[in-house]
Amino acid sequence: MTNFWSIWIIVLSSVVIIGCVFLLRACSKNDTGVEEGESMGHSFDGIEELNNPLPKWWSYMFYITIVFGVIYLALYPGMGSFKGLLGWTSSNQSVRTLEESKTAVQDALKEGRWVQYDQEVIQADEKFGPIFKAYADTPLEELVNNKEALKVGGRLFLQNCAMCHGSDARGSKGFPNLTDGAWLYGGELETIKTSIMNGRHGMMPPKGGLPIEDSELPGLAEYVVKLSGREHDAALAAQGQGSFMKGCFACHGMDGTGNKFMGAPNLTDNAWLYGGSRGAIQQSIKNGRSGVMPAWKDVLGEEKVHVISAYVYSLSNK
Amino acid sequence: MMNHSQPQGADYNYTIVRQFALTTVLWGIVGMSVGVLIAAQLIWPQLNFETPWLTYSRLRPLHTNAVIFAFGTSALFATSYYIVQRTCQTKLFAPKLAAFTFWGWQAIILSAAISLPLGITSGKEYAELEWPIDIAITIVWVAYAVVFFGTIIKRTTSHIYVANWFFGAFIITVAVLHIVNSMAVPLTLTKSYSLYSGAVDAMVQWWYGHNAVGFLLTAGFLGMMYYFVPKQAGRPVYSYRLSIVHFWALIALYIWAGPHHLHYTALPDWTQSLGMVMSLILFAPSWGGMINGIMTLSGAWHKLRTDPILRFLVVSLSFYGMSTFEGPMMAIKTVNALSHYTDWTVGHVHSGALGWVAMVSIGSLYHLIPVLFSHGRMYSTNLINVHFWLATIGTVLYIVSMWISGVMQGLMWRAVNSDGTLTYSFVESLEASYPFYFVRFLGGVFFLTGMFLMAYNVFRTVKAPKDSLPAIAEAKAA
Repeated sequence: MTNFWSIWIIVLSSVVIIGCVFLLRACSKNDTGVEEGESMGHSFDGIEELNNPLPKWWSYMFYITIVFGVIYLALYPGMGSFKGLLGWTSSNQSVRTLEESKTAVQDALKEGRWVQYDQEVIQADEKFGPIFKAYADTPLEELVNNKEALKVGGRLFLQNCAMCHGSDARGSKGFPNLTDGAWLYGGELETIKTSIMNGRHGMMPPKGGLPIEDSELPGLAEYVVKLSGREHDAALAAQGQGSFMKGCFACHGMDGTGNKFMGAPNLTDNAWLYGGSRGAIQQSIKNGRSGVMPAWKDVLGEEKVHVISAYVYSLSNK
Repeated sequence: MMNHSQPQGADYNYTIVRQFALTTVLWGIVGMSVGVLIAAQLIWPQLNFETPWLTYSRLRPLHTNAVIFAFGTSALFATSYYIVQRTCQTKLFAPKLAAFTFWGWQAIILSAAISLPLGITSGKEYAELEWPIDIAITIVWVAYAVVFFGTIIKRTTSHIYVANWFFGAFIITVAVLHIVNSMAVPLTLTKSYSLYSGAVDAMVQWWYGHNAVGFLLTAGFLGMMYYFVPKQAGRPVYSYRLSIVHFWALIALYIWAGPHHLHYTALPDWTQSLGMVMSLILFAPSWGGMINGIMTLSGAWHKLRTDPILRFLVVSLSFYGMSTFEGPMMAIKTVNALSHYTDWTVGHVHSGALGWVAMVSIGSLYHLIPVLFSHGRMYSTNLINVHFWLATIGTVLYIVSMWISGVMQGLMWRAVNSDGTLTYSFVESLEASYPFYFVRFLGGVFFLTGMFLMAYNVFRTVKAPKDSLPAIAEAKAA
């Protein structure tokens, strides 16, 4: 804030607050020339106004709020660029990146400034840190048998993951079902943790980037239906197999069982992220798909991701 | 009851007052019906009938615009045009321009009623209407100011009555707020983008938003109160000096209060602090109006037993006092940390909107309509009485249910387990709110039913043969 605006704010707000005091004092005295309780002598459409004094309790209440306001503005930021005597701020409001934020937290600690948000985070870490530290030190294989840890993981899941994966973890279109045992990147404990920590970006280019004509789509979809073990039109599927061999197998495998290394879906397990109808399958092939799971390591930290991983694993491994 | 020193209607332009008074009732019913519908949709979502223009997201702005700008503002037009003539003892300035404000305002209401369900919106709360309508509002509003202040200038009384101070402040400030907040870059006829961005946009929006409350829904209606309460009670205004202090303090402080809508956001700390402090100091000046209104009844308390119109006015002042105590408390950051984003806010708004704005308007209209149509009283005093109880019970059901669900939501959202994780997910707090949504819906139904009774009563009064509704003798003695 420039000096001009700082002074502007200080002057304007002071005029209003001090003005209230003067107004209140002026009207507390009877300068009207009319005795208290009498009519002011003007009548508007038959309405007269009495010259009654201001109620005492009301005037005191007014003064008390003004005194409170002045004290508050002395202690906290409010008067332009004056920081307030307590040196309090709500948060490091000017940071733009995670890096800047981390530096700002350190700077505030060094300079002894009271940044409320940082302080609350520090207090929470002190109080709850040991609980998650203990969980983090427990290997995942052991943690999945810890009922208390799974409960904690479930709550973290509800607050952070349920928005996409659903509160029952069954997902929805475009958001994987975590209970069906069908894993794009693998369902081992460590793999689940890696997926949550670093996020995933699953990308299928339109038609897999292959020279496939729109006229081939019905056949290809029929072949995919066949791969998933459902009833199908054998002749149409046979045509589609030819298209599949143009290169789909590069990611989805010769037998269609996918590739967990690159997150290429298994087409034989009848689990469908974007719908399993022939129309939905054609849509997926034609336009491609792109799904993003964000990385959580900077948001929740590894210790909490560790607990969530155990919970997610437990959903399909009862 | 009616202490009219002038020959009734002889010198005044009542046509425009009649038009606005009747549309107030009409738009009240429309706006509150939409409110009841969306309250029901929160319990039974299928009530949007899978139709885009009946979805909550489009009807909610229709509800707020209809009750604030169609119902509330029509009531202000009617009463300010009436009061400014009678307290200045002169006919309305520029009668053709006054007629333009009526038809212009109705056209704006109609365009809002069409464009909002179509999903045409600028996305700014209480200022959703798109730029062509915003320009129309500005033109009509300037015409309103010319008519109102023109009448003040040609007054035959020496002083300007306190009611007109409030109307004047309301008209000027709403013009400034509307123009500044609606500044936008038009893209097409139905789409524009705000001139401001980020935290500045949010601050301008709530500077507007809170002063729509402060100047339109508070100052304007205080103007109404300052005429109809002393008139209906037949008593002088309690304290002239109190009206001076609370008028100037109210308008000087209200304009600062907007930031309390943006506590704990990207808004700079200094702005949040100033907003909170000014909101808190605003408490006493707000109560000044309530004290002056209620104390005006001293010596006339017995009338409350027989006069439901006076009861409407006094209870509206009580709700005004309650919500202007609640408001500064909610502006305190520590309280706001609990109340923000919960139904408590919704309840607070409605204790002002139903309890104060609607009830003071209803009371004033029951006083006004017989005068406008040359009758001594309304067609049925009993119906007014029933309306009073429906409105009071409806308001109480509404605000109590929202208090409980609001505080419950605030507590559920901040509850943590011993491991620091949140105890409840958002959906759980929503589930727990359903019973209270039902009570709120019920409160709305009560209030709306009262409005239908009013419409019937007004219809019978307007249609009544001449001299068939003489003033009530007991009240006349006052």
